[in-house]
Amino acid sequence: MSVLVNKNSKIIVQGFTGTEGTFHATQMIEYGTNVVGGVTPNKGGTTHLNKPVFNTVADAVKATQADVSIIFVPPAFAADAIMEAADAGIGLVVCITEGIPVQDMIKVKNYLQGRNTRLIGPNCPGIITAEEAKVGIMPGFIFKKGRIGIVSKSGTLTYEAADQVVKAGLGISTAIGIGGDPIIGTTTKEAVELFMNDDETDGIIMIGEIGGSMEADAAKWIKDNYRKPVVGFIAGQTAPAGRRMGHAGAIIGGADDTAAAKMKIMAECGINVVASPADIGKTMASVLKK
Amino acid sequence: MNLHEYQAKELLKKYNVPVQEGIAVDTVMAAEEAYRNIKNQTNNSFAVVKAQIHAGGRGKGKIQGSEQRGVAVAKSIEDISTISKNILGHTLVTIQTGAAGKKVNKVLIAQDVYYPGPNPVKEFYLSILLDRAKGQNVIMYSTEGGMNIEDVAHDTPEKIYKEWVHPAGGLQGFQARKIAFNLGLSGEAFKNCVKFVTNLYNAYVGLDCSMLEINPLFKTSDEKIIAVDCKMNLDENALMRHPDLAALRDVTEEDPTEVEAGQYNLNFVKLDGNVGCMVNGAGLAMATMDMIKLSGGEPANFLDVGGTANAQTVEAGFRIILKDPNVKAILINIFGGIVRCDRVAAGVIEAYKKLGNIHIPIIVRLQGTNAAEAKKLIDESGLTVESAILLSEAADLVKKAVA
Repeated sequence: MSVLVNKNSKIIVQGFTGTEGTFHATQMIEYGTNVVGGVTPNKGGTTHLNKPVFNTVADAVKATQADVSIIFVPPAFAADAIMEAADAGIGLVVCITEGIPVQDMIKVKNYLQGRNTRLIGPNCPGIITAEEAKVGIMPGFIFKKGRIGIVSKSGTLTYEAADQVVKAGLGISTAIGIGGDPIIGTTTKEAVELFMNDDETDGIIMIGEIGGSMEADAAKWIKDNYRKPVVGFIAGQTAPAGRRMGHAGAIIGGADDTAAAKMKIMAECGINVVASPADIGKTMASVLKK
Repeated sequence: MNLHEYQAKELLKKYNVPVQEGIAVDTVMAAEEAYRNIKNQTNNSFAVVKAQIHAGGRGKGKIQGSEQRGVAVAKSIEDISTISKNILGHTLVTIQTGAAGKKVNKVLIAQDVYYPGPNPVKEFYLSILLDRAKGQNVIMYSTEGGMNIEDVAHDTPEKIYKEWVHPAGGLQGFQARKIAFNLGLSGEAFKNCVKFVTNLYNAYVGLDCSMLEINPLFKTSDEKIIAVDCKMNLDENALMRHPDLAALRDVTEEDPTEVEAGQYNLNFVKLDGNVGCMVNGAGLAMATMDMIKLSGGEPANFLDVGGTANAQTVEAGFRIILKDPNVKAILINIFGGIVRCDRVAAGVIEAYKKLGNIHIPIIVRLQGTNAAEAKKLIDESGLTVESAILLSEAADLVKKAVA
């Protein structure tokens, strides 16, 4: 069993024929991911990258039994694309798009309630299950197969953590980039829960950043459900209050969402918190030996 | 994106939200003209001069080198001239601007809302913002208006009410009534408040605000409900569908280097440390700043160069960081995934040579695709650039540079 995606996942790409969609779908296919087709309105019936193109997600699901979708649609249309995928019964939707308006995401979050669709992102690097499926934009070669799960709000910091884990003699089961926006589909806590319940994962790396309460919520859940060691890092210890640090959600709003406050709660809940991003991999290796 | 009070009030009026009337001006002469207009309309010789800057605390703030407050009542046209002269073109220092303060380019000449009438006036607080955890907008309000809301939340949390708005149905009538009742209103003021809240919520959604704060929300002596001050923050991701709102941006309120960085599509935030940094990805950029601090330095900036770290972006990044005379070293930290490290290294070398005369240590850490080739390129370039592959090595080099 793996987390969220594996070699049997049937993946479609929304925004398949665009520049981003084409580039990353090519990379995904090269990695060995089971891409079964794509969706671009008004291009249905054609083929792209030797895969069928459909007008709607519903058509794609009917023809391919796709169960995962990855979205490379521009921000103005991305919320619509997520809802279309959910309506077509896609179980897992990964939205890479950065820059979706907050009011659109409020609608999406409400639309998804009560449906059997999990959203990852938006504004995220996607998900990779090492050596099985890459549903995202991460460089696949860094993620050597192993038994460490990563959940992270950030792209390159995820690659950094994965690289350190591999250099420490370990490897990755699955890495989930949950995204850096104020409203995202899958929270830190939900992603940690998936790894706690995964029999192919022995340790969890949880990477957060300033803003919001997701890391604190996850930490409290971990305290009550501890079964595997967790190493945590929060980016933005030196970030000033009230300034947006690149990610739309990375902004200190009050005393509770600073890096220091989050790190304190995480440590109190039994997470191995590292202050330096350079220590993520070796700390995981050392806590696993205990 | 932040708006000025006068801009926000103009937008609210389009949604039929009553506001304290006023005219924004940038000269003393225009201030006098505005005063005459307002005096005619209101039959009241009192008016208020309000400095327009993107920071709160204007009423208590003072103009640098004088006792002039940022918000002041004028009783005559002479007062208007004196106060406008004291404020316009001068620097206002408030609790939110820092010691450097902000230059005031415009003042709002506004009506006096304390005019006499049959009933006492009242001040309330009301704001609309996103509750991230619930994924819903929330209206936060209190009977304690005109004060710092953080203090109210801290000292008397029971005086703060919250009303969440369901995304499917929007704000309901019973919710608007509940707010007006909780504020203790009745009669005409109650009706006016229900209308105010309903229209204000429509404005919040229609304008794609990320924060809208009315403090004080004011009941006049003749039972009107009006916005006396307004802090409006727009969702930058939504500006693509509001070109008219995007045009309201006042770049003079922003750090000039941040504005310049934006022109190169670089995400830059100026800080006051001594080690500059240039990183790909926002999370890694914040983590790099943290590492600089742990190595004994202080980050001079946040800079995310995004997915394409090439010679042009690196050069622009160098130029922007080097404008800051406090910078004693620069750390470039790139994790090459899709972007190849040897390409980035070539870009760094090219930019470095083009700029010439960089007299501070440069540390380049390239990891990921073709990292070893990149390090070789840097090491053999003959430039005084230190290279690293591991993040811990880069941290050690920073330590050495700031020692």
